[in-house]
Formats: sequence, C-alpha cells, structure tokens
Amino acid sequence: MPVPRPSLGRGLSREKVVRKGWKCRNRLFFWGRAHPEVGSRSGLRPGRAAGWFPPEDWGPLANRNGRQASRQACKQAKWATRPIAGNELNVELKNQSKPELSRMLSVRRPILRKLVATLGLLVPTATWAQDPISFNRDIRPILSDNCFFCHGPDKNKREADLRLDTNEGLHGIASRPGIEGKPGVVVPGKPQESLLIERILSEDAQDHMPPASSGKKLTAEQIELLKRWVAQGGKYEGHWAFLPRKVAGQAGGAIALSDQQIRDRIDGLIAADLTKQGLVPSPKADRITLLRRLYMDLIGLPPTEDQVQEFLADNSPDAYQKLVDRLLASPHFGERMAMWWMDLVRYADSVGYHGDQEMSVSPFREYVIRSFNNNKPFDTFTIEQLAGDLLPAPTLEQRVASGYNRLGMMSAEGGVQDREYLAKYMAERVRNASGAWLGITLGCAECHDHKFDPLSTRDFYKFGAFFADIKERGLYSGANSDGNWGPFVKVPTEQEQQELKSLDQQMLQVQNLIDQNTPELLADFDAWQAAQVPWTTLKADAIVSLEGATLKAMPDGSFLASGKNPSTDSYLFTSSQLPAGVTAFRLEVLPDDSLPGKGPGRAGNGNFVLTEFVVHHRLANGPTNNVSLANPSATYEQIGAIEGNPYGKWSAEGALDNDAKGRKWGWAVMEQVGKSHAAIFETAEDLKIGPGDSIVVGLWQNLDNPQHTIGRFRLSATTAKRPVRASTSLPTELEGVLAKSQADRSDEERAKLLVYYRSIAPRLEPQRTELAALRKNRDELEKRTASTLVTEAVPPRMVRVLARGNWMDEAGEVVLPAFPQSLATLTAGVTPDSSGRLTRLDLAKWIVDPNHPLTTRVVSNRLWKLFFGAGISRKLDDLGAQGEWPTHPELLDELAQWMIDTGWDVKRWIKTVVMTESYQRSSNAPSDVRDKDPYNRYLARQSRFRLDAEMVRDNALSVSGLLVTKLGGRSVRPYQPPGYWAYLNFPQREWQNGAGEELYRRGLYTHWQRQYLHPSLLVFDAPNREECTAERPRSNTPLQSLVLLNDPAYIEAARSFAELIARHTGDVSTKLEYAFQRALSRSPTDKEKEVLVGLYTSHFEQFKSSAAAAKELLSVGSRPAASDLDVAELAAWTSVARALMNLHEFITRY
Amino acid sequence: MSSHIDWIGRRTFLQRPGISLGAMALGSLLGRRTWADQADALGASKGTIQPLHHAPKAKRVIWLYMAGGMTHLETFDHKPKLAQMHGKPMPESITKGQQIAQLQGQKLNCFAPQHSFKPWGKSGQVISEIWPQLASKCADDMCIVRSLHTDAINHDPAHTFMNTGSMISGRPAMGSWLLYGLGAETENMPGFVVMVSTGKYGQRQPIAARQWHSGFLPGQYQGVEFRGTGDPVLYVGNPKGVDVQKQRQVVDAIASLNGLADQRLEDPEIATRVRQYELAFRMQASVPELMDVSKEPEHIFDLYGTKGGDGSFASNCLLARRLAERGVRFIQLYHRDWDHHGAVKAHSEGTAKEVDQGVAALITDLKQRDMLKDTILVFGSEFGRTPMAQGDGRDHHLAGFTMWFAGGGFKPGFSYGATDEFGYHAVENVVSVHDIHATLLHQLGIDYQRFSYKFQGLDSRLTGVEPCRVVHELIS
Repeated sequence: MPVPRPSLGRGLSREKVVRKGWKCRNRLFFWGRAHPEVGSRSGLRPGRAAGWFPPEDWGPLANRNGRQASRQACKQAKWATRPIAGNELNVELKNQSKPELSRMLSVRRPILRKLVATLGLLVPTATWAQDPISFNRDIRPILSDNCFFCHGPDKNKREADLRLDTNEGLHGIASRPGIEGKPGVVVPGKPQESLLIERILSEDAQDHMPPASSGKKLTAEQIELLKRWVAQGGKYEGHWAFLPRKVAGQAGGAIALSDQQIRDRIDGLIAADLTKQGLVPSPKADRITLLRRLYMDLIGLPPTEDQVQEFLADNSPDAYQKLVDRLLASPHFGERMAMWWMDLVRYADSVGYHGDQEMSVSPFREYVIRSFNNNKPFDTFTIEQLAGDLLPAPTLEQRVASGYNRLGMMSAEGGVQDREYLAKYMAERVRNASGAWLGITLGCAECHDHKFDPLSTRDFYKFGAFFADIKERGLYSGANSDGNWGPFVKVPTEQEQQELKSLDQQMLQVQNLIDQNTPELLADFDAWQAAQVPWTTLKADAIVSLEGATLKAMPDGSFLASGKNPSTDSYLFTSSQLPAGVTAFRLEVLPDDSLPGKGPGRAGNGNFVLTEFVVHHRLANGPTNNVSLANPSATYEQIGAIEGNPYGKWSAEGALDNDAKGRKWGWAVMEQVGKSHAAIFETAEDLKIGPGDSIVVGLWQNLDNPQHTIGRFRLSATTAKRPVRASTSLPTELEGVLAKSQADRSDEERAKLLVYYRSIAPRLEPQRTELAALRKNRDELEKRTASTLVTEAVPPRMVRVLARGNWMDEAGEVVLPAFPQSLATLTAGVTPDSSGRLTRLDLAKWIVDPNHPLTTRVVSNRLWKLFFGAGISRKLDDLGAQGEWPTHPELLDELAQWMIDTGWDVKRWIKTVVMTESYQRSSNAPSDVRDKDPYNRYLARQSRFRLDAEMVRDNALSVSGLLVTKLGGRSVRPYQPPGYWAYLNFPQREWQNGAGEELYRRGLYTHWQRQYLHPSLLVFDAPNREECTAERPRSNTPLQSLVLLNDPAYIEAARSFAELIARHTGDVSTKLEYAFQRALSRSPTDKEKEVLVGLYTSHFEQFKSSAAAAKELLSVGSRPAASDLDVAELAAWTSVARALMNLHEFITRY
Repeated sequence: MSSHIDWIGRRTFLQRPGISLGAMALGSLLGRRTWADQADALGASKGTIQPLHHAPKAKRVIWLYMAGGMTHLETFDHKPKLAQMHGKPMPESITKGQQIAQLQGQKLNCFAPQHSFKPWGKSGQVISEIWPQLASKCADDMCIVRSLHTDAINHDPAHTFMNTGSMISGRPAMGSWLLYGLGAETENMPGFVVMVSTGKYGQRQPIAARQWHSGFLPGQYQGVEFRGTGDPVLYVGNPKGVDVQKQRQVVDAIASLNGLADQRLEDPEIATRVRQYELAFRMQASVPELMDVSKEPEHIFDLYGTKGGDGSFASNCLLARRLAERGVRFIQLYHRDWDHHGAVKAHSEGTAKEVDQGVAALITDLKQRDMLKDTILVFGSEFGRTPMAQGDGRDHHLAGFTMWFAGGGFKPGFSYGATDEFGYHAVENVVSVHDIHATLLHQLGIDYQRFSYKFQGLDSRLTGVEPCRVVHELIS
C-alpha cells in the first residue's frame, strides 16, 4: 500500500516559511542548533530534529563549542541574509529556559523524541514533483561537474571571487550598513538578465563559460535546464546529503512507523515513481528464485536440495518470513556481512607496502562476523572499531575491535622516513574513516581544499588529528623478521582460554613443590655447597696469535682480540701456575662491545668456531706431552649444522677429536651470539705440574669460512671431582659467592645459591621435568593462539597542516582534532578530555549521532546495494556534490531514518527490506521495461548480478559437498599456483597450500595478501584492500572463465560433485535431474538435458578408452578420489559438473 | 557505477567483429534468438575513446622498466664534475632540505661515476660504456631525457607513482588506462601484458601486482602477468586428463546451456559470458603458441642472445616483440635488481649486461619489421640514485634521473634536459612523471586532459590534478 504524500499544511509555501524564519535566527543560533527543517512536519520521528547546519554557507560556523561558535557565526555578516526556517519551532522553544533547552537537545534519543513529539508542527516542503526544477537534483550536478572547479569551495582555485556552490554566490548579498553588497549571477525569473546564463550562451570565446581550456562543455539539454531553473526562480538548495533527512510521518503523528508501515512506505515510494515513469512492475519472482536470492543475499551460500524442498513444502502464508528469520539467525549471515564490511575497513592479512609482510589480525575478522551475528547495534559497532580502546575499562572484544585503526598499510622498507609514513598512515585513516562511514571524499583535501564539497585542507588535518594518539611507528624496521607491527593482543579461543588457565594452575602447583624448603632438600643443598670447588682463572705467562691478531689481557683475566682479523688463527696460551690435580679445563667465550654483533666471535655475525682444543704439558727439562682430554661439554652448541657435519651440530666434541673427522668441525654458538658461553674439557687423569713446568693451551680456529675466530675468552681450571660438565657450571655471579667460605656468605648470597640449587637439585628433577613440559605446552599454546593488532593510545603527536600534503613542510598551522567545519555541530555525548581535546571516541560518537546527515544515508545506501544490486544513489563512495543524485531520495531518507528508529538494528533493517514487494519481484521484465530503464533505476524489477568473488568460490564448494562451514579462525590457504609470489621479497616467500579442511573454507577466510591477492579472488573483482572500497566493480572477463574452467580448486569441486552425482541412484537422466537440482535448485529442461547427456556420453566413451586420462582428472586436488566408482563414469560426470559449475546462472543471483 | 561499468565492459568485449562461436548445435538449440548476433552487431568500437582525440603516432607501448632505481650516473647521465669532487662533501646548498632515504643523518660525500662515458653514433649521444650493444647499435634511435624528477623516494610508492600517476594505491596503471581508452588489437591475448625478469645483482626489490592493477577501472583492464614458469598465464592450461577436444566440448556445452538460459532469462550479461568463454578457450591455444619461440629463425636467437624460455630479460624482449606483433596494447617488462646500495660499479655493469643485448635486439628487431615507428619503447626506473656515496654504492634519489624513449614518434638520436653538474637536481627542461604520461598519451592519440574516469566524484586522470604538459620537444 503506497502511503500518501504528506499534504502541505496550513497553506504555507516553503518559501513563506523560509522568509518568516529570518526574523528568528538569532535565537536559534543562541543555543546553537538551527536548521530550517526543524519541526517542519507532522509526525516527526526522532533523530531528525536538531542540529545540522545546512551547507547553504560553508563559512566557519560551528566547532565543538556550539554556543560560542553560534555567537561567532551570528556576528558574521554573511549570515545576516541567510534564510532560516523553523520559526514555529522557535516560538515554541522560547518559553523554555535556555539551559534546559541546551540540555534537552544535547542528550539522548528518548528525550529528543519527547521534545520533538511535543512540537508536532506542520511545515510543508516541496514535493518531488516532476515539473519544478530541483536545484539539487537537476542543477547542482551540472554546476558541480562544470563550474565548481573554478567557482567552488576551493578558495585557492577560485576565479573572479565567484562561487556557484553557495546561495550568496548565486544570488548575491544585499548591501547593509557595514556590509558591502555583491551582485548575484542569477536574477530569479529572468534568465535573459542573469549573468550565469549570459556567459554560458556567450559566443565570445573570451566570455564563454565553461572556458574551452577546461575541456568542459555543456549540452543543449543542460543549458535548457539551467534556463528553466532560473525562469522558475533559481532557487538554491544545500547539498542534499548534507541536509537533515526528510521523512514523512503518518497521519496522527505517531513517533515511529511499524515494520509493516515502513515496508509499505518503501514499496509506495517505488511504486509512485514507477507510475510516473510509466513502468509496469514485474510480478513476484517464483519461489525457487526467491529462495536462492535470499540465500545468496543473506548468507552468501546456495540452498541445499533439502532446504529447497522444505521451503517448497511450506505452504503457510508466513513461509517466506520464516525463511528470512532463519537465514538472519544463521551464523553464515555474519560471514556474508563481514565480506561487505571488510572491504570498507580494508581488512587484509599483509601490510601492503614494499615487502608486504604478514600481519596477524584474524580476530578482527571474527569480531566483525560475531558482531553481525549478534546483531550488535551499528552505532556500537562503529564506536568499538574507531575507539574501542578508549571506552572505560575496555573488554578484550572492544580492544580487538579497535584494531580497525591498525588495518592500514604499513612499511618496513629501509630508507623509509618515520615522519613521511606517519603522514601517510594518518592520511589513509582520514580517507578510510570518512569513506567507510561518511561516504565523503575528505581524502581529496589532503593537498588542496575540496573542489566540489565544503571540505577544506584544515578539515582534513583536523580530522587526521583524531588519530594522532595511536601508538605506531612510521618505519617498522625489523618487522619483516620479527613480525612486530606494534601493539597487539593475544586472543585465545574459549577452549584455548581454558587450557591456558589449567596449565597455569598446574604450573603453579609444581612450582610450589619446587619452592618448598624440605629438610631433605636443605641437607642436599649443604652437601652440594661443600662439594663445590671454584674455577681458578689461569694466568698467562705468554699468549700469542699465530696469525698476528692482537690479544689484549683484560682485568677479568680474559683476553680480547683486536687488530688484524685473519681468516683462520690459532691462539697459544702458556701458563706455569696451575692448581694441583686439575680435573677439567674451561674455556669461556665472552661478549664484548668491540666485536661484531658483540661477539664472542670475530666473524661478521659474532660467531666463531673452535675447531680444536689442545693442552700440552711442557716439562721443565724439555719434553712436551700431550694432555689427554675427555668428555667435552658446552653451555650451548650451535644447532644449525651445515651439510656434512658429522656431529649433526657444532658441538664441543668436534673440538676434541684430534681432527679425526675433519679439521673444520668444532664448537660454535651462532643462535646465541652476544652472550657468554663455556666449553669444559675434562682431563683423563688429574693433571699436576712440577716446578718449572708449564702448560700450553692451543685454541685452533681453522674454519674455511673466514674470520670465525674467538674474540674474547678466558681459561680456567678446576680440581673438583669428575664429572665436570658445562651444565653444572654456575652462573658467573654465583662463582664469586662460591669462592667464599660458607661462613662468609651473606643470607642473601645463600638464598641466591639456593634458588640456583633448586634448578639443579637431583631430588627435584622430576618436578623440573614436569614444569618444563608444562611450560613447553603453554608456550606452544601461546604460539597457536591468534594475536591481533590493536590500538593503544599515547599522548597525541602534533599535527600540522601540510601545505600540498608535503610532509617535510614544517610551516603549517598546528591543528587539534575537530569535525569538518561544514558538518560540525554540538553532538550528544561528545566529551572532550580534560585538556579540552576531542578524541577518537568523540569522533565515533559524532559519526553515529542520530542527526548526522551522512552516516545513516551512507550505510543504508550501501546495504540497499546488497539487496538490489545498486545503491539508491549509485555512487556508493561519494554522497558529496559529485555523487549521483539518488533515484529515490525520499526512500533513502526513510531507510536512513529507519536505521535510527530501530536503534541501529541491522538485522531488522535488512528484514524490512527483503520483506518488501519490491525486493521480491522477478528480475525478468518485458523488453519495453528494459529498454526504458536499462539500468533498472526505478526498480520495476529486481536486479541480477554476478556473485561476489568469495561467494563464487563458496557456491562451488557448497554444491560439491566440500565446503567446511567452520566459523572464524585464522586465514587459510587454498590452492594457489606455485610461483605466484615470486616477486615478493623481504623475505622471499612461497605460498604453501593449506591442508585438510583449510582447503575448503569459505572465500572470506582466504589469506588476503595485499600485493598478490589470491588470483581466483582477484579475477572476480575482489579488491586488494589497500584502501577503503565501497563498491566492487562486476566485470565479466575471459580470465574469469579460465579460473572456473581450470583452477584446481574448481576441478576438485567438480569431481567431488561428480561423485555425488554418480552415487545418486538412477539412470543418467535421473542423475542429471539430481545434478541440476543440486547446482541450480531447479529441474533441467529437455534441451538442457539433451546437451548434458551428449556431453556425458561423449566423455564417458573417451574416458573409457583412456583410463589414464580419467585417473589424472580425478587426481586433481588433495582429496582422494572414490575408489569404489568407475573412473570413466566419474570422470565423465566431472565434465558434466564442470559444465554446470561454469554456467552464468550458477554464478549469478537472479 | 556497476551497471555502467558492466555496460562498458560488455561493449568492449562484444564490439569485436568476426568472433564466431564454436558452440555445438547452438543454432538449433537457440532457435530464433540471436543473442550472439546481437553481440556482434554492437559495432566495431574497441576502446571508450571514439574517435581518438587526434591522429595517433603510435599504437602500442613496450615499457622496459628497470625496477630498483637504475643509477643514472653510471648509465646515461655523464657528470665529470662528480669525479673531480669524489670523496669531498656534497655542497650543502645542493642537499639542504632535500629528502634523503637511507643516507639520513650520514655524511654526504660525492661519489665519482664508476664507468666511463663516450659519444656514440652519428648523433653523438653520450652513453656509458656498460651498454656496448645498445649504445653502438641504437644511440641514434634513442630520445634521452636526463631531467626527470619524481615525488617518491622509496621503491613502493615510487613504482606506484610511475605506473599510476599517484602514490596512493587504487589508481589504474597506465596500461589499464590505455586498454580502457583504446582497447586492444587482439582478441586472443590480454591487451596489457606484464613480464618480470630477475637479475643477479642488487636486492631483488619486491614488485607488487598493484603496479599493473586496474585500480578503480573494471577488472578486465588489469594487466596480466605472463610467467616464466608454470602456466604462462594463470589457469591457461587444461586440467590434467582433459585434452583440447574434451575442453572444447565442455566449453561448447557451457555455451549451449548459457544460450538456453538466455532464452529464458533474457540477460544480456549471458551473451558477454559466452563470449568470454570463447575468448578464454582461444587464449588457451594462443598463449602457449605465443610463448613457443622455437620456430623463430636462428638469426633472431643470435640477435637476442637467447633461445627463449629461460625467463631472462632478453627472452622477455623477444616475447614482447611477439606480443606487439599480435596486437597487445601495452607490454611492460620489469627487470628487477637495479637497487645498488652497494658495489654500484660492479652491479650496474652486471645488471646492464643482463639488459643490454635484449633491448638492443628489441629495437633492431622492431625496426627491421617496420614496427618501431608505431611502437613506443620506454626505458627507465622509478627513480635514480644519489651522486653521494653510500659505501661503494648509491642511495635512492628522486630529484633528477634519466629515462629514454625510442620509436612511436619520439625524436631519434635526441637528448633533452639536464641535471646540475653533480647529477643531483634536474635543472634544465625539467620533466615530471605526469609530463611523461601526458606525452605518451598524446602519441597514442589521446588528450590527457580529456581522458578521465569518474571515481569518487572526480574526473580522475592518469596525469592527476597537478599541471603537466605534453613535452612537444621530444616528439617529431
């Protein structure tokens, strides 16, 4: 039922109301919330009453302090002639005290509702009649496209000081005391006297507008329109999208419409236009088409045969509604909506710039899915993403949501300057937030005032300043190896959370056992202390590098190599002072700042290789004996053994083998450079030297990889009882303690020793083993647990206006966060911090203010596209002056209002739309309708469009039976051609296909590599998500055909589908029937059957004669082929399945 | 936007004469419905610029893209003064306030040109001796511009700027613009083809597919990468076990069923879809045919110094010629590895060697086929390298660098513009990246100011909003 248009009340023309309004403007301004449309109609619904200054003048108007701003604005001369309507509202309001009003208008919805309801005023607006020219609909697009570039908002480009985007520009300003008047270029009613028309018509090349140099030319039709508009009075309107919503109420003045009423209103508005256009609407679509449409639109998956049958069997009148409810309740609804939302907020799994390294943000995707499934109100959803971290005591979920701010591109490219990239990141955030929620192209104002919309460069940087508190780096140096892209949180699943908790408890219990001071342990401890013998640092009589390196004695008894850095070397250390009965020697290698990578080696990476450790005993009387060494051990041994290393690692054993297994193997510590290590070599027999004797310790360093020599080392010896192992060697700081007698040790030292002893006490070995195992489990669990980037607020960076976007320019004005001036107003709930600075939270609240003219329109317009194939305003990314005038402006406003009326209830909004008659229409239409309205702007029929990239995949997987419907989780890697990532670097990468169910997840879970998006998604127009994408193109290309024909994922799907067909009982015809039902939810026609029987028969014969070919085809993909089915039959059905899955109908939503 | 784009897309692909559909029994199944005829009847228009803005001088572009930032100081821009200044500080007047990449905060010392230069050919173009073949054979074909500057100092945004005219991603690459505006002269091949070779020197700088992305233009204008290994075009090979005949039969069945559906649904998009399957099927044959160079004569192999199929730059040059012959509109060959932060002497010589013969052969080959006159060869990098030393290498440099052109109406044996005596700033006849774009468009018959696409409410152009010009001095 169409709802009748509201009648013009009280016999007032809009013009009269406007004129009367002038008188009252001061009062309106005083409390800072004025708008001509306030209270203009009966049956007002909340959210449209207050607050938006119309962009009739883009002068500096309001800022966060609305009252002050209003006063300022009041003083501005140019406002003096600005027409203000809504005088009745003022009359009503003047009886209220000012503070009271202020309060009422700045608080929440219910109060506002009440206030508005009490007003109950009737002010008419012009209807969308055909005849009168509408400035916004008909004239503004012409002027914007052809004139605003030089006569628009950009003051730097403005010619002749003339603006054609403002009322005063068009109509001039009257002279008044103190105000210099200015003539207008439009004389209402008199095209022939209007300069605007004169210059357009001028044949003088000098005068003609637009000038030839602009490349612009007006069509005869456009000129005619302009003339008629002037003839009709040349009335100016602010840009529609910046004006408050215009919605009709019901007779009786109820606050909100019911679901049924709003549906009727939608259908009514569409029907009215159809009548006007002389278009006959298509009938309701058949039930199967409706069913498939709903499935695709609401969950992005096709119905199964059972679901089709179930729906067809349900003859109840509300069968359709029940289906809608069921689908909206499906967890797949959230997935479908996430596909839409993630394009806008540029969700991706890699950083985009340069090396395009991976970042971990999959919990954010899960947040989006969950939010839609739980029907989180869209305003909350918005606030959490922009400023979840700024909410009081944010939950993990809210912190995850705040990851929105961190989804932009980042760079780890060497040579990147922090400041430049911080500027880039900020600019991207401005583009994204203004694009995703506001549908304006604020990004254009980075370098210059916007050419077409009232957005200045200052607006851009002030908007950017909202994001100046986000903790980040410009250059993420090192992030290519450590993956650290700034603040993140771990987001364990519920199960992981429980496991973690349990592990922590167990670990605590074991630790308690270890920490207990049982008498037995203390007794062991005492015995151990008694048994410890300290190492004695050996003093050198002489030390020499055979290759001429300088070895300098250090105060701690160590030696530091410097000077010449030979490719190999041997150090000879002679000492005549040795404790009696040496049981072991120790070689400590020590870090030093003078060494590469802090050492302990002299190789570029800080490593060394000790290829042999030898000790000679030189007797005083001459002969020299080799000291026999055994049982080498080390505190750390390098694990990455190169090919041929007989020890499998760089072990100390290699340094004690008399080079039996090659002279280049030995002890090294690569993974642990920069720290001290020790190797210990036992003597086979207690070594004792006589007077005049000495020992010579030789450190051979003969690796063929040059300069792997030791940079700093110390030698010591012990006489402790064997075994002496590196694992029992003490931390250095405890050696001093042990060197003292027990009586001399302080309590603190004793406690330290005890702590250490617990880590080696044999008695505690079982507990330590258990603890280590638990810790390992925990570490692994932590590693498995997904992390996600989050926003952390820090003291905001200073933001300057950058002239022409040049980040090196430091002369620009310093700006604070503020809303774009032309859209600024006092907003409920905006609470600047103590310093008076606005925050991201304020920005978020401003965006979802019920009165914001853009947000609800933008969101409604984009949601509408999901269900009708195109927006009501077709330019989804720009509702500004250069956008497209909506085909159904009132409808868009109704839908936007409905979003507010439902409390941002997305599911209810969607249900309303898909329950309309308009939605349920057939997408077929007679040719005259198609000819008259080829783009289906008037919606006499439903639209038909190709499925989105992810859904093309989901549909094939679903029909094939392969689809894994698991929700959420990390991104997955379905088949991708080898080498597709060949041109990525830092690091170089090769895609590894996932395994098992990862291969069959829905498309939205595919790893989203910005620079090399999965080719089969890319080819179906999935965006690389480097920027906010409001609209994907829908192309139709040969490369798409190649994917569906040949991509192994689709071949595997076809052969899996073939298995289902082959297993279906019946003859070929019955099987075909089944295949059609499963793929397209309908029966084949005879002719269709004929084609496929032909294909089946031919291929069956061919595959029968070449079983090898059949087997090859059936081997595509990782899922094993059925072994119990005839291969020729299965292969032939695979061909049939391929044909079906390549049909246009298969990938199209009708 | 979508229906509009669909419409353009459809037109572009449908408005090709002479496509015969091989669908089996199509006529009898379709009866009187003539959707295929309709498709063909749409006319001969190929691109969206109809007619061209002016008579074109060239039909196609082969862009030899030296990725990584080729040093201009060792290759095409001779700076004797820099040799005199070797090791001395670069005057602060030159470097003050300039953007610096990896040399931030370091001493900026002059670094002498590492290779000698001499005049070549009749024109006496001064070129480094590391280009023996190119310089000796083609100096008189080259139009060298030594006064380029760009806006970005790091690889990723500089590539994006050079290819799309903007540092912000989401804009179409030049090849996409051309395909959109001019269409292609081939139906069996993508109209915008990219190939990449990797050298042995330098850092293997990554190259994002963004560089050949169609941005806000529809997907069919995207560049298609021809690969050295695996399927030359992704998914162009039949599935295992499926031979040409079986594939043909599957494609025919799809065409028949789509035709039947169109009778029922009257969806014009179906005709396009059928056309795309036919083109895809043809591509499955024509791409391998293109890649198979075995039938080229021996003297061609000698000329290029390769037998092809090895993924080298020279091999890609040979394929580029074959692509050009087949009517591909825009061919871009990346040779990545010009990022010589260290050892610029050895590495520039090595990398030049990898490129030298291929490019000389390509010019020679195009000339002998009389194709150079309507093919524009573009040779250059995303930026140049600093006159200052970075160890024994050079850092990224945006204020002055060299590109050169050949064929397609560019003045042969001609030099234009200059950097200062250090090779730092472009100072004489300065040319911007947008100027290059404008000039290339001009040669192809397009007025850059009139060639736009509505995106986010703006008439977006390849050349952006900043003023730029066609560099008429470069073209004859």
